[in-house]
Amino acid sequence: MISEHLVDMSRLQFAITAFYHFLFVPLTLGLSFILAIMESVYVMTGKQVYQDMVKFWGKLFGINFALGVTTGLTMEFQFGTNWAYYSHYVGDIFGAPLAIEGLMAFFLESTFIGLFFFGWDRLSRIQHLMVTWLVAIGSNMSALWILIANGWMQNPVGAEFNFDTMRMEMMSFTEVIFNPVAQVKFVHTVSAGYVTGAMFVLAISAYFMLKKRDLPFARRSFAIASSFGLASILSVIVLGDESGYEIGDVQKVKLAAIEAEWETQEAPAAFTLIGLPDQEAMETDYAVRIPAVLGLIATRSVSEEVKGLKDLMAEHEKRIRNGMLAYALLTQIKAGDRSEDTIAAFREKVDDLGFGLLLKKYTDNPANATEEQIAQATKNSIPRVAPMFFTFRIMVGLGFLMLILIGLSFYYSAKGTAERQKYLLRALIIALPAPWIACEMGWFVAEFGRQPWSIGEILPTHLSVSTRSVEDLYMSLAAFIGFYSLLLVVEMYLMIRFARLGPSALHTGRYHWEQPENQTQPAQAH
Amino acid sequence: MDYELLKLIWWVLIGVLLVGFAVTDGFDMGVGALLRLLAKTDSERRVLLNTVGPHWDGNQVWLITAAGAIFAAWPVVYSVAFSGLYWAFLLVLFAMFFRPVGFEYRSKMTDPRWRSAWDWGLTIGGAVPALVFGVAFGNMFLGVPFSLDEFMRSAYSGSFWQLLNPFGLLCGVISLLMLSMHGAAYLQMRTAGELRQRARRAGFLLAVAVAVCFALAGIWVSYLPGYVIQSAGDVGAAMTPLMKTVSLRDGGWLANYQTFTWMIAAPVIGFAGLLLVAVASLLNRSALAFVGSSFAVAGVICTAGFSLFPFLLPSSLIPDQSLTIWDVTSSALTLNIMFWVAMIFVPIILSYTLWGYYKMWGRLTTDFIEDNQYSTY
Repeated sequence: MISEHLVDMSRLQFAITAFYHFLFVPLTLGLSFILAIMESVYVMTGKQVYQDMVKFWGKLFGINFALGVTTGLTMEFQFGTNWAYYSHYVGDIFGAPLAIEGLMAFFLESTFIGLFFFGWDRLSRIQHLMVTWLVAIGSNMSALWILIANGWMQNPVGAEFNFDTMRMEMMSFTEVIFNPVAQVKFVHTVSAGYVTGAMFVLAISAYFMLKKRDLPFARRSFAIASSFGLASILSVIVLGDESGYEIGDVQKVKLAAIEAEWETQEAPAAFTLIGLPDQEAMETDYAVRIPAVLGLIATRSVSEEVKGLKDLMAEHEKRIRNGMLAYALLTQIKAGDRSEDTIAAFREKVDDLGFGLLLKKYTDNPANATEEQIAQATKNSIPRVAPMFFTFRIMVGLGFLMLILIGLSFYYSAKGTAERQKYLLRALIIALPAPWIACEMGWFVAEFGRQPWSIGEILPTHLSVSTRSVEDLYMSLAAFIGFYSLLLVVEMYLMIRFARLGPSALHTGRYHWEQPENQTQPAQAH
Repeated sequence: MDYELLKLIWWVLIGVLLVGFAVTDGFDMGVGALLRLLAKTDSERRVLLNTVGPHWDGNQVWLITAAGAIFAAWPVVYSVAFSGLYWAFLLVLFAMFFRPVGFEYRSKMTDPRWRSAWDWGLTIGGAVPALVFGVAFGNMFLGVPFSLDEFMRSAYSGSFWQLLNPFGLLCGVISLLMLSMHGAAYLQMRTAGELRQRARRAGFLLAVAVAVCFALAGIWVSYLPGYVIQSAGDVGAAMTPLMKTVSLRDGGWLANYQTFTWMIAAPVIGFAGLLLVAVASLLNRSALAFVGSSFAVAGVICTAGFSLFPFLLPSSLIPDQSLTIWDVTSSALTLNIMFWVAMIFVPIILSYTLWGYYKMWGRLTTDFIEDNQYSTY
């Protein structure tokens, strides 16, 4: 049997490298559009300050982008190095969007990013503007295909099991692309990226305003970021609600775990605002509930009920028992029994094969699992509730906090008095980590909430790992942590240095630190 | 299209992506590997970095796309090779970490220690992947010790150090020298003055060295036991690597050149390309040197691929379970969809990539770098 220690280490390595990668992705998604907007204004108005804005924010974009590229490669390699059985089992479907991402999006983004940085003197204004837009479109299309792949892990549509090849195979590519989970995930995720970009520009511009440096530059950056940010934060929240509806439809376990809904309530279900979920007792202590709200979010009706975890687990137990039969029939087919009856019986039960495979964690032969093993598998057929419950609430809380901050920024920017709002400007700087924390929490909810599955109801996570030793994992994880920490220190150092320097980093002679009376700046950064 | 033809087409397509990677990203990795050897002063190093500055990122996507295409079209290869050769792939990965940050961060600070550290990083980022890819190719000829169970779970029973055997290392050296030569050929087109002279000398010497090593490897292979399929099974149907029998025969890797005589074109083009690099470098015809170098790279890689055909990753543990192009593929539907996606997008990619090169073309000098020190790498 597969060592649980190996599974835990492989999960930890994937989680750490994925969280780390997503420190850089949302800023790329958002800032690339902000750059494109700034450059459009430059081309339309011809005002130099807008070109300087593109170049300065572009410098910070580049510092961030480099680590996005670096850490993205890890994600691709890791499916093969650490999740080999997963790659075999679902590569037929999952590999396609990844390859298309390369062909359709990543080539576009990566080819034009070089022209964005170095093409200013080689391209006409219109050509350069087009290049900048293509970088933004490329990076966002890249997110689309990655989220189609991820959406399929959550809601694996358009595929069937093939016992000849022992894997899932694609039946309908259009179903995979138009997977409703993928669609809502995409819009929610890229909007979160736009908010990150906006918060980034707002906070650094706020810093310039507080220091009273390069005010015309800061003011214009602030105005663009606050209007872009307001549209984005509104769409994150609205589209987040849309994902609530979507997972209420197809990922009932995840929804119930987020809400710590142990019992199926009478419709319309109440929403648990806060409380302390207790996994063993299967209840939530000190719960504060708002009547009817959950029912409205999840079903958009007052009459449909939202299933609780206890009822979902009872369903899982039935499917596990059915899955044991599916597994027995599969073994029979593998042993050479290709009679029509056997195959027909297997086809009938194949949808529960994944539930049978859940037992592989406890026994080599799920067909003969004991009652105790079935009970264990059932108990672990839902994710741990407390982490889901709290991370989700942190994400939503930060979302509303940013709504307030960005809303105020927009209001004062429109009034033309933003630079005088000392408290708001300070709050924007302090709140700079908020979009990153919210994004990471969102991914935690999405992926931890998928457990115990790597492919929802098809392939359990513990079966998905590569056959490697635990020692291999300790060494590679240590190497990742060491290397990544070092890179993060370097990145933060450069980012802070250049952000502080402001547009003077462009060496145009037009900005604060280049004026004779201000040249007290320590060693110059380039 | 029938399944057998699709399987064959995907063998060609993955080959095209790998050659595309070696011909494009190959020269910027070569420039990385040569960075400390050809350029002495800081400005000279910046010239070298900026010749590939606007392009290396797009070039690298050839590798990312090739890996993605292997995932989509040959999931079994992706699964067995990446997990089995765990440390080799992680070594490539960690070496490649130095590239994006090296290019982007190196010239952002003026401290010579900072810059020198990143120069080492860029050298590693260019040389190590080139070396490891070659070692991996070499080990395909020897077979690697993996096995599959009836559920298609793979296990690898070797170590990373086993890959570093003499033949594997020779192939690694060929790969490293070849991509360095490709980098030197590219630099002949994009630099001027003293740097260009150094690139010419390097191009000539490396071409000769690659030719010698490549010939040596060819002779070596003729003495190696090669894998031969005994009974193939129905290659037009859905297959797994558990459905055929394989035997070993001395010199078996050269059998294809008798069965499909046209395959001899690959080594011929390889050697002709190498000759062209050497001659053109001497005669100061830089564009011609690069054309020769591109053909040499393509010829050498195709020679390896053709010799192995239809094998992709032989198993030294259980030869019957060796991976071949017939039994590692995705379903016919996936291969079909991906075929059309590639047919549509590869030409589009090629056209905008070429537009990018066209716009940024020209020789870079140290004067240019010094005049634009805040806006170049």
